[in-house]
Amino acid sequence: MRQEELTIRPQGKTEEYFINMGPQHPATHGVLRLLLTLDGEIVKKVDPDLGYIHRSIEKMTEHDTYRQIVHLTDRMDYLSAHINNEAVCLAVEKGLEIEVSDRVKVVRTIMAELTRLSSHMLWWGVTGMDTGALTTFMYAFRDREMINDIFEETCGARLTMNYFVPGGMMWDIHPNFQKRVKEFIAHFKTKLPEYDLLLSDNVIFRKRTEGIGFLTKEDAISFGVTGPGARASGVSCDIRKKQPYSAYDRVQFKEILGTVGDTFDRYRMRILEMWESMHIIEQLIDNIPEGEIQAKTNAVIKLPKGEFYQRVETARGELGVHIISDGKKSPYRMHFRSPGFANLSVIDHVARGWKVGDLVAIMATFDFVIPDIDR
Amino acid sequence: MGMKEDLGPDFPGKVIPAGNGGNIVVTSLDAIINWGRSNSLWPLYFGTSCCAIEMMQTGAAKHDWARFGMEVARPTPRQADVIVIAGTIVNKMAPVLRRLYDQMAEPKYVVAMGACAISGGPFFYNSYSVVKGADHVIPVDVYIPGCPPRPEALLEGMIMLQKKIRATNNSTKVNPIDGFDEGKP
Repeated sequence: MRQEELTIRPQGKTEEYFINMGPQHPATHGVLRLLLTLDGEIVKKVDPDLGYIHRSIEKMTEHDTYRQIVHLTDRMDYLSAHINNEAVCLAVEKGLEIEVSDRVKVVRTIMAELTRLSSHMLWWGVTGMDTGALTTFMYAFRDREMINDIFEETCGARLTMNYFVPGGMMWDIHPNFQKRVKEFIAHFKTKLPEYDLLLSDNVIFRKRTEGIGFLTKEDAISFGVTGPGARASGVSCDIRKKQPYSAYDRVQFKEILGTVGDTFDRYRMRILEMWESMHIIEQLIDNIPEGEIQAKTNAVIKLPKGEFYQRVETARGELGVHIISDGKKSPYRMHFRSPGFANLSVIDHVARGWKVGDLVAIMATFDFVIPDIDR
Repeated sequence: MGMKEDLGPDFPGKVIPAGNGGNIVVTSLDAIINWGRSNSLWPLYFGTSCCAIEMMQTGAAKHDWARFGMEVARPTPRQADVIVIAGTIVNKMAPVLRRLYDQMAEPKYVVAMGACAISGGPFFYNSYSVVKGADHVIPVDVYIPGCPPRPEALLEGMIMLQKKIRATNNSTKVNPIDGFDEGKP
């Protein structure tokens, strides 16, 4: 429409209205319900309504033994299943004051980075879908299937692995593991530039994301945002660097930091993180030391009285596991500080004033997994 | 006579050449309706949790359920034939699931994918918020066990559903939701 036509339009008063996005909506990546207050297409307020997948995991942990708790965390953030398992195992190991062998540490790190890669791949595919590019979905899932096969061979499952146990891991890695991982890295190194060609440099995608949905460094800190969403705003918050666990202290990698903090910056973070993850795996895959796969623990683990906290970096931010033990075989209370919950709180702040379509792009680049938020 | 091959080997009828270039198809209404319905199942993506990822994987490059006529995944119930419940149903979600089911056009089918949709799965004991099986809310046609089921398992479940549809007698068919709330089988 020409500018003149726009100005002679009758100056009507617009009214704010209210619309439901979700709980059954493809762009909310699950069953999140957003109560949107809109003025035309402008977002005035975003009010998330949670609980559509609240499965009472924290309460269930109070009835389970420490070994049984691990499998529940698979289902929390199912795209970071290995990392969630690792978090619980590390917290329990902290309580028991046992040291796992180097072999376990290295395998845990490789598995965690493979998980991060597969999570970021899925995120890349669905981000493309959210912004109107269906091809990305097919490309990402083609490559993701290779990681699933690696997991299946060693852990026996494709998605909910439950491979780590307090004190080590269930069983040793498959003889093919190293070969398969190296094959995958060689394959994905040629595919990741393709991802850039396909989506990162796409004009439509750039216009949908560049200069949209800013988050400043101060706001990111005060809302407690973690993960790539916060690092895009320049907040250095990578737990792998700040409080190295497992084998992260013996590998070289860069913490990717953004400068602008817009939607495209948050997108770029994850693409660059995939390169770093591959770099970490490459350093470790040929140097898996020999050693015990499980430290000696009692059949029923009892933690001493006290509180134990462990933080890890999942694919979408900081996961904290807080165990309060009263000396019995189950925890008195167990709390998960899930990254998605804190990241969701900032959506209202970031999306205000932008269009509904931008809200979808903003949501996509914070990468929510709803069972992780609701637990 | 090439028409039968064009229609696929499972076409339930006889194609008779009429001589003037046209063809006459002899079949029963039941067979042709079921053939059409079973080969164009549009699924509603109802992914609440982990199983949704395996469902996406089934729809994507390697497993590709488009081969069996299920490629057009709909996010809206009004255009869908089958609802794939991929994930846990909690108390807050149950009325929403029922509403989605009620909004779907007839005939409609339900596939319960994974342990949670079948019985509550890992959240059966000690959980205060999980519905112990989607069949407490809506009638289910096919159950696919697994936590989550592999893509191959989901494919087999969908093929089972196709077989079920092909065996339907449309004159004596009853709507599964009739009497469901009163507890009738």
